[in-house]
Amino acid sequence: MAFAAASVLSLQGCAGWQSALDPKGPAANELAWLIWFFIGLCSVVWVLVMIALAAPLLMRPPRRTEPLMLDASADHRKLRVVVIAVGLTAATLVGLTLLSFFANRTLAAIGSNAALTIRVTGHQWWWEVRYEDATPSRILTTANEIHIPAGEPVRLLLTSTDVIHSFWIPSLAGKLDLIPGHMNVLDIKADKPGTYRGQCAEFCGAQHANMGTFIIAEPRAKFDAWWNDQLQPAAAPTGDEAKAGADLFLKRPCVMCHKIGGTPAGGTVAPDLTHIASRQTLAAGTLTMSRGNLAAWIADPQGIKPGSHMPVVELNGDELNAIVAYLEGLK
Amino acid sequence: MSSADLTSERDLPPEREATAKGDVAPERDGPRDTGMDDASLHRWLARTWRTPPGIIGALSSVDHKVVARRYLITAFGFLCLGGLNAVAMRIQLSGPQRGLIGPDLYNQLFTMHGVTMMFLFAVPIVQATGIYLVPLMVGSRNIAFPRLNAFSYWIYVSGGLFAWVSFALAMAPDVGWFAYVPLSGPEFSPGKRADVWAQMITYTEVSSLAVAVATIVTVLKQRAPGMSLDKIPLYVWALLVTSFVVVFAMPAVMITSTFLILDRLVGTHIFNPAEGGDALLFQHLFWFFGHPEVYIIFLPATGMVSAIIPAFARRPAFGHLGLVLSLIAVGFLSFGLWVHHMFATGLPKLGASFFTASSMLIAIPNGVQIFCWLATLWDGRPVIRTPLLFVFGFFFIFVIGGLTGVMLASVPLDLQVHDTYFVVAHFHYVLIGGSVFPLLGAAYFWFPKITGRMMSERLGRWHFWLAFIGFNAAFFPMHLVGLWGMPRRVYTYPAELGWGNINLFITGGAVLFFLSFVLFAFNLVHGALKGAPAGDNPWDAGTLEWATSSPPPSYNFARIPIVTNVEPLWAEREALPVATGLRVDVRELLISTVAEAHPDIREKSATPSIWPLFAAIAVGGTFLYSIFTPWAIVWGAAPIAITLIGWFWPKDTPEDEE
Repeated sequence: MAFAAASVLSLQGCAGWQSALDPKGPAANELAWLIWFFIGLCSVVWVLVMIALAAPLLMRPPRRTEPLMLDASADHRKLRVVVIAVGLTAATLVGLTLLSFFANRTLAAIGSNAALTIRVTGHQWWWEVRYEDATPSRILTTANEIHIPAGEPVRLLLTSTDVIHSFWIPSLAGKLDLIPGHMNVLDIKADKPGTYRGQCAEFCGAQHANMGTFIIAEPRAKFDAWWNDQLQPAAAPTGDEAKAGADLFLKRPCVMCHKIGGTPAGGTVAPDLTHIASRQTLAAGTLTMSRGNLAAWIADPQGIKPGSHMPVVELNGDELNAIVAYLEGLK
Repeated sequence: MSSADLTSERDLPPEREATAKGDVAPERDGPRDTGMDDASLHRWLARTWRTPPGIIGALSSVDHKVVARRYLITAFGFLCLGGLNAVAMRIQLSGPQRGLIGPDLYNQLFTMHGVTMMFLFAVPIVQATGIYLVPLMVGSRNIAFPRLNAFSYWIYVSGGLFAWVSFALAMAPDVGWFAYVPLSGPEFSPGKRADVWAQMITYTEVSSLAVAVATIVTVLKQRAPGMSLDKIPLYVWALLVTSFVVVFAMPAVMITSTFLILDRLVGTHIFNPAEGGDALLFQHLFWFFGHPEVYIIFLPATGMVSAIIPAFARRPAFGHLGLVLSLIAVGFLSFGLWVHHMFATGLPKLGASFFTASSMLIAIPNGVQIFCWLATLWDGRPVIRTPLLFVFGFFFIFVIGGLTGVMLASVPLDLQVHDTYFVVAHFHYVLIGGSVFPLLGAAYFWFPKITGRMMSERLGRWHFWLAFIGFNAAFFPMHLVGLWGMPRRVYTYPAELGWGNINLFITGGAVLFFLSFVLFAFNLVHGALKGAPAGDNPWDAGTLEWATSSPPPSYNFARIPIVTNVEPLWAEREALPVATGLRVDVRELLISTVAEAHPDIREKSATPSIWPLFAAIAVGGTFLYSIFTPWAIVWGAAPIAITLIGWFWPKDTPEDEE
């Protein structure tokens, strides 16, 4: 019953944009194939065991009467069957071990010629994303959303400054931990342009559930244009309300933690807001980007993401609107 | 009734005679069971072995059956609490963005669920079953070190209360049952929550170690004459191997939790990367315990399966030697797999692949066990009663869990499913299928021995089907939702990911599964009060615990049986041969040789004492106090020393005569 229901459910869920069974890159492809192969083989083994279990019930042999009266030749035959079964088990396991070893090699080869290196640092509960470049002025810092060129391997350097997190975009690759004091390397490649969701997979405290991230794969030209846009300092506020908001931002505690390029705001303990309005979500995938959500998030971060490190800043309605108007302009 | 008088054989070694001095001799010459008529023998033994009356008497009890009953009831209580945690979590997860339970409570709930199920239910209940059954199955009058055994219970129950009182005060650990650093370290978990985790782990493991030591000595030295290594029941083998695994695994987690509390309490930086410590060290230490822990829970259950199947298949287990060797192999291999919990930490690929191979390898001895049980069942139409139904449930569920375990052993595959609901499904299939279903079967199987009454067969079947359907409905879909990308330990999830319906379905299954335990509890109470009288051996099983009355008398056996077969009651249909020569006016055990179980010496068994309780209070108080200040160790040393001196105070009679 459970299985029937489950298989019905499986049909509707496969299309999910965070599914390991819906691969969009070579690593996830290889892994999805591996998952299906293991599932198929394991199902066969399970069915065989269940048949062996059901046999004495279905064939209804006579009940034994004297427990210690054993048929030596029958036991000998059974021994042979058991030995063969153990041999087959061992052979299967050796096969699976080799299979997984070679799959691992395939995965390792994917990023061997990665040209782009992105450093991803885990924070409670957001992702700091830094695009490395030999030219210091081209180094770019953003948060939570990682733009990559489609069809090209990208190297991610993973680390953390607080607790352990785990970076996982199921439709592109397996997960890898971000560990303070360690640097892990994950190579990913998206075959086609698209937005691929992922989230932190290692329990990291109160808001582990709301630590989403996105990989946004774009054609190379679009990606280059995006990078150039992001390198620009923040757009100057236009209109009185936005100007008042920019002013308030610098006078209120916001400036203690956040950076807005081109302004005195230079905090680095919270997401860089230089181009916040160009991102698709707020608070690490918790809210979609909109004027209303920006206002809601600033007014009540502890209601939306209880325990998060964004404090409640006392603002009256006009002040809140002004700051939202300013941030909304930071495309 | 044939009888072998041991006093004429090896019971009194020559050197014993030489050292016997005049004032000791009368002591040694108390009444013995040799030639004594049954009525006066029962009178003597009942007086010698009884638990003293009154509350003080009950608290002083060192009877393994009394202690085991307390353990079983307490562990069942913790199971219910842990189950309620799970139901609360499932209700919160039944739909996306539900606001019933916030992250602060949710994180405490899943931590308490894990801690309770692993440390307060699973390990104690399998050990408690052993405390009850092992001395009976090896034909002894009490467990070895009975006061240590009593002490272990008090430590366990105070550890459990400590955790649950903290939960009631909203200061329960909220860092997961694994409490990884740095999250559980001083910087990211201020307050006392992580300290509660650390100290509670350390002292419940003290209790586990104490039981393991007592079990090992009981099995190796207190077996009935004739129970050579090849005639030890499989259940007893399973408990012996488990106890050795406990002895080697538990110190690893105690070191982990102690290092953590040192980091938190006195500012060592063992796990602090900023000061030269290492966060991954914690995971290595923890999983060096954590993986064997799975087998500590699973191996005793295989022993239960090996006891239940022969009784209902009406033949001794097929491949007895193979089953024993598999147990030992699993025990050893369980220490070589811990890294498969850490594949996602980015270990060197070649090294990780080694652990793929070792994790695959452990499937072989487990396969041997499965095949031998199936071969045992093939011999005739089995008698289908509730205990065997649960064993069938075990096969159905555990084999799925084992096979998904093979999937997790593969490094690349694990990277997709690690820390997702797929893993949650996997280990519930392994632990509930592999341990709880056999335990439920064992409850129906041995309940008549413990209470003297049968549980209802009709309710038992309802219970089985409810548990079986509820379990699969709750946990099978978790495999899918894990593959669709749902991580573990999240208190909520966004609606747009499409996990809502399946989670609602899972919650329904979980509620059903919980209700099956309500039915089980009813059946237990109903059976204990109104069940049909069971008689000594209701299943016509073959091992020694069925040779004595149900429930067994305080002294277990009036005369120590002599074992001639691995299923002695099947071999000696009329009456078991017995050994005589033990004193009846003092608590005396027959100690036998390790391999051949030749009767070797007679040894005193400890009398009831209140000191183990006092010692446990002193130790528990010290641990509790130590979450506030390291000085607790200094101040606590005095009461602990006093209680231990009281416990070990020399008696005016020589403790060990022989």
